[in-house]
Amino acid sequence: MAQTLPKVDVVVIGFGWTGAIIAQELTDAGLNVLALERGIWRDTATDFSTTFAQDELRYRFRMELFQRPAHDTCTVRNDVSQTALPMRELGSFLPGSGVGGAGVHWNGQTWRYLPSDLTAKSHNIARYGKAALPPDMTIQDYGVTYAELEPYYDKFEYLCGISGQAGNIGGAIQPGGDPFEGPRTRGYPNPPLDMPWAPTLFGQAASSLGYHPFPQPAANMSRPYVNPLGVQLGPCTYCGFCEKFGCGNYSKSSAQTTILPVLLAKPNFTLKTSCEVLKINLAADGKTATGVTYIDAAGREYFQAADMVILAAYITHNVRLLLVSGIGKPYDPASGQGVIGKNYAYQIDSSVNVFYEDKILNPFVGAGALGMMISDFNGDNFDHSGLGFIGGGYIGVLQTGARPIETHPTPDGTPKWGGAWKKALAKNYLRTATVATQGAVMSYRGNYLDLDPTYRDAYGQPLLRMTFDFKDNEHKMSDYVTARAAEIAKAMGGREISVKARTGSWSVVPYQSTHNTGGAIMGTNPRESALNKYLQSWDVANLFVMGATAFPQQSGYNPTGTLAALAYLSAQAITTQYLKATGKPLVQA
Amino acid sequence: MAERDLSRRRLLGAGALLGAAPLGAAAEVVSGGVRWRPDEAAFPAAADEAKSYTFFSRAEAGFIEAAVARMIPADELGGGAIEAGVPSFLDRQLAGEFGQGTRWYMQGPWAKGLPTQGWQSRMTPAQMYRAAIASIDKDTNHSFNAAFAKLEGPNQDAYLKRLENGGVSLETVDSEAFFTLFLQNVIEGFFCDPIHGGNRGMIGWKLIGFPGARYDKRDWVLAYGKPYDLPPVSIGGRPGWLAQKD
Repeated sequence: MAQTLPKVDVVVIGFGWTGAIIAQELTDAGLNVLALERGIWRDTATDFSTTFAQDELRYRFRMELFQRPAHDTCTVRNDVSQTALPMRELGSFLPGSGVGGAGVHWNGQTWRYLPSDLTAKSHNIARYGKAALPPDMTIQDYGVTYAELEPYYDKFEYLCGISGQAGNIGGAIQPGGDPFEGPRTRGYPNPPLDMPWAPTLFGQAASSLGYHPFPQPAANMSRPYVNPLGVQLGPCTYCGFCEKFGCGNYSKSSAQTTILPVLLAKPNFTLKTSCEVLKINLAADGKTATGVTYIDAAGREYFQAADMVILAAYITHNVRLLLVSGIGKPYDPASGQGVIGKNYAYQIDSSVNVFYEDKILNPFVGAGALGMMISDFNGDNFDHSGLGFIGGGYIGVLQTGARPIETHPTPDGTPKWGGAWKKALAKNYLRTATVATQGAVMSYRGNYLDLDPTYRDAYGQPLLRMTFDFKDNEHKMSDYVTARAAEIAKAMGGREISVKARTGSWSVVPYQSTHNTGGAIMGTNPRESALNKYLQSWDVANLFVMGATAFPQQSGYNPTGTLAALAYLSAQAITTQYLKATGKPLVQA
Repeated sequence: MAERDLSRRRLLGAGALLGAAPLGAAAEVVSGGVRWRPDEAAFPAAADEAKSYTFFSRAEAGFIEAAVARMIPADELGGGAIEAGVPSFLDRQLAGEFGQGTRWYMQGPWAKGLPTQGWQSRMTPAQMYRAAIASIDKDTNHSFNAAFAKLEGPNQDAYLKRLENGGVSLETVDSEAFFTLFLQNVIEGFFCDPIHGGNRGMIGWKLIGFPGARYDKRDWVLAYGKPYDLPPVSIGGRPGWLAQKD
């Protein structure tokens, strides 16, 4: 029998980026907040020290900072005709575990979505007609506009100290920035990082073809920075261990380096680690959350009463907790009815290597978001008439560190081992630039999340089942963007290039990106969405769900900037509107 | 050393093996600010440098040493997998958490699955190595009347190529799945930080020009085309820091 713990104002489930943001904002408003994190405590000095953080085997390949499938995983299949089987080891995506979540091991690529990304359905229909959307495509508008979100993008960028060059300030296009971005009220808090040779060569080639290269907005510090909370970050040393690693230098924004020193000092905030929430408890009416049931490391079960529940775990956990708690109507792909599990989406990527004969590029000089990009083929920044797809992706050279277990660029036709491989690697490692693309994935009737009927986690609860594949629209889009990337790669003047297109069905095996989205999406009505524009559950008014879980489809940009902005928007709505009439919907259904 | 062995990292592994503590670490309440906890610092566990194998039998070691010498050979560019210590790296990895599949979801039911669904074998990596090596030696004994390790180099290459392409039908193991795992682990052993027992003398890093665990590369960001002229460094240091022995 679970022991009941005294009621708190707010219980936060999961303590990564959005959990920390919402806890910081709600404690500022005077609420008592308890965060429950199923992983362990981690901080920079103890866990990411520069005397041992640069360990590729330990962190990338033995996955020390990531979720342990032995504890909880999901099952995967490409369509309903297949039997879903467990993701027994991590591959395609790498959810975080522990304080800071995936925000500890992210690259720091910090984007705003395009204004038209947030209105993907109405925008594309208005421009290309209803026939441009395949019948099984289920994209929707977010229900929030770029203009509404802009102050919160700004707030996150200043919290983090993003290094970048603005492209559009109040409608005035800025030289050297991204001319396609939505208007911003002010520039980035820090200038761009210094740019190594390979991204610079990409920028020159892209310019020569008439495109608009700009520095990737980076949560890696280009100079010392003190954020609005008074937390200090240090300049990035380009060590090349961001992606899949914690930063030992206080140079990469994370909950640890931007919020926790302030939040953890507050008397009205408590964090409990190694405490896993098993369900959200509902009152008899099924419309009010009474708190959560969680289990600690010793196996003791507790009921934590709370006036408000914030679900802020990774998207797969958010959706599974909603389903096992019986909140909202589960999505049924056969009828298209229901909302929980609906519109799961992802991203599609590809790359083109440029091999130089004589240029020493020192690719190990890196940072997670160090590079030159173009947005010319992202979103609806180009005319899709006659192309047979909607959406797009970014193209760029990101120099993230070229760590050698993972990175062995060799020309086409090179064997994967043996003397010829060794010679090719020795010749090309320092002389290769990689042009990467990352593209949008629209949502479809057949791509969804539900509970697996067979497989269980460590507590005997059903695993989440992921049914997902790339569709024609995504392959056509990715092929088109990859072809543009190859043209730029050729213009970069190397000896030869090698194109790695993304073909065939989605596979759980190779790492692609930890940019999973959807499953409890936001929108304008409870028939089509699980959450209103303030991330409040349509079904349970004192439950708010953070994260990319809310995205109705995935754009071609990295999700962290947008999911953080949405968390701030939600926090603002809670503190200024919800607290005046608790338990009430902020939007009338 | 005893304290380090009792760190929460080790307990985390032990707990998962015993199935005793599903969350792996004691629950704790964190409040009142961020504190440095030097007694809990997440120092890595270095590999035991003793020479003998702890996982591989003599016959298994024969296969491993012969195969990795073909996969990353010593040549005019320098040492290969043998010189880098890859066999003992593999041995330590298979004897430890990785070999046991401690992090992996290993509950049934079991099905073959599709290639897009990834690893679906009920074998742990250690079990797969053991089964694969036995099957391979049985197969080569049958076909060539010799264990793999006794074949001529070019014949070993040809056999490995067939393993890679799924062209060998092994008794108990999917040859392609085994080769994929094996090649990945050999590459890990050649390029990992030397504290894990591979990449001895940092020869993998020296081969390609990777500087290792150096954390401040600011001077090279804008030095376009300038070769990086500092020697590589391991988490455990580098020879230049060690006292000279007579």
